[in-house]
Amino acid sequence: MKPLWITMLALLLCRGALAQDAPAPLKPGTGDDVASAYCNACHTSDYIIMNSMFLSADAWKAEVTKMRKAFGAPIDDETAAVITAYLAANYAVPAKP
Amino acid sequence: MRRREIIAGAGAALLASPSVAAESTTLPAELPDGTRAVAQFVNLPDKRRMLRLTDRPPNYATPVNVFTDVVTPNDRFFVRYHLAGVPSAADMDGWSLTIGGDAVNRQIRLKMSDLLDLPTNQVLSVCQCAGNRRGFFDPHVAGVQWPDGGMGCAVWRGPALRDVLKAAGVKAEALEVWVGGADKPPMEGTPPFRKSIPIEKAMDGDTIVAIAMNNAPLPLLNGYPARLVVPGWTGTYWMKHLTNIEVSAEPLKNFWMQTAYRVPAGMFPVQLPFKSQATETTVPITELVVNSLIADPLEGDEVERSGFTIRGVAWDRGTGINRVEISLDGGRNWQDAMLEKPLGPYAYRRFSLPTGSLRPGTYKLMSRATNHAGERQADKLKTNPGGYHNNVPRPIAVVAR
Ligand code: HEC
Repeated sequence: MKPLWITMLALLLCRGALAQDAPAPLKPGTGDDVASAYCNACHTSDYIIMNSMFLSADAWKAEVTKMRKAFGAPIDDETAAVITAYLAANYAVPAKP
Repeated sequence: MRRREIIAGAGAALLASPSVAAESTTLPAELPDGTRAVAQFVNLPDKRRMLRLTDRPPNYATPVNVFTDVVTPNDRFFVRYHLAGVPSAADMDGWSLTIGGDAVNRQIRLKMSDLLDLPTNQVLSVCQCAGNRRGFFDPHVAGVQWPDGGMGCAVWRGPALRDVLKAAGVKAEALEVWVGGADKPPMEGTPPFRKSIPIEKAMDGDTIVAIAMNNAPLPLLNGYPARLVVPGWTGTYWMKHLTNIEVSAEPLKNFWMQTAYRVPAGMFPVQLPFKSQATETTVPITELVVNSLIADPLEGDEVERSGFTIRGVAWDRGTGINRVEISLDGGRNWQDAMLEKPLGPYAYRRFSLPTGSLRPGTYKLMSRATNHAGERQADKLKTNPGGYHNNVPRPIAVVAR
């Protein structure tokens, strides 16, 4: 599942001056492996947990879009939809009425 | 000032008041649950006991108890990166700084020895992340969920930026100074972290290229070997690992200037508007808002009912602190704290208040500062999408026994 470039990038980034712990595991659920693979490339997936649980499903969708459009995350539409659904199911709060 | 003095220099007296307060061990309850789950107190190679928010990129907050002192020690100074490509100290061997752009007469490259030959300035200044206390926003907003330790105050020393620029010759049409550092985007499509400041701020003698922090080299994670110091302005402009400067007649256009780090126009007071980056609806976040922090006692502490002393620091964008009030009852009643001698317009100003004897029970301590411009900390949060400039007094609950 995890594309090779992501593994290589993670290795590259780990050679820095700082010893790094593995990020906290994401909640188990459909798409967790995809989210871990893609959302650990530029920063740890701790960024997801740190920003929970207060974003709505729409806000998570906007975050994934921001990662692609503003930060250049190489994630195609199909993969983005899987990740967005995973985040909505596991890290979102229900929309307020 | 001669070379050797830069690192060995005087002013050590300021650094000599060790903190006696106990270390904070709890995480504020207002932080998002997820933040409370991942944040941890950790030691780093050259930092001790920091609150880790994320380690890649490195984002570490200073524990609150450290702010009983005006000067934040280098090994407790907060760390903030957007991009995970943090250079190593070895990467900085042979470091140099290029100065160019369309508004200089000639492009030049300066080595560390060239900077050491320039006249030296020194400023005791707070460096605060624009998103400090974002974690206390209600409702929460996305971003790094800082509690109140995304800041510190240090003695910064190095040549004034204007003296560095003079070597390249600044043209009359100069509008902005663009700065970039050695930290790298993790992926090709991620915009490199580059920022700009207006030429007026660049020419202010207190804006310096710091090559020393608290009389020592800058720690790697605070921008070794040189960073820009922009007193009174949020940390986003304080470019770490500074490697290139461009003076331009044009505004810098990129994600970090035009999309990130912006606040609604007119929401927060500033002395020097950043006109070249303003739009009708938003402006870049620039000058700090007036603020204060209680560093002792800490949330949840048991205190003596015979009385204890409340201590902390207050700061602002450089007008100076005029007054600090303290409440013991969650903001209903306020009384004036005593202020220590000011140590400069950009520095923390310490305050204290002995409580006198108290009835046993829970007390909600709050502090609220007013600056010399008459601006007081907000009673109600000025919500904004970036989660910036939170200066609402926050109650600290302690129990008197
Ligand atoms: C191409 C690089 C890249 C990838 C891949 C990436 N991000 Fe990010 N992300 C960033 C950058 C850069 C930031 C800003 C970091 C900072 O300011 O500390 C960020 C910040 C965030 C934040 C904090 C809020 C914000 O908007 O700044 C969240 C939440 C986040 N990312 C979620 C994700 C998720 C979910 C994924 C997987 C779909 C992901 N990221 C993948 C680059 C990336």
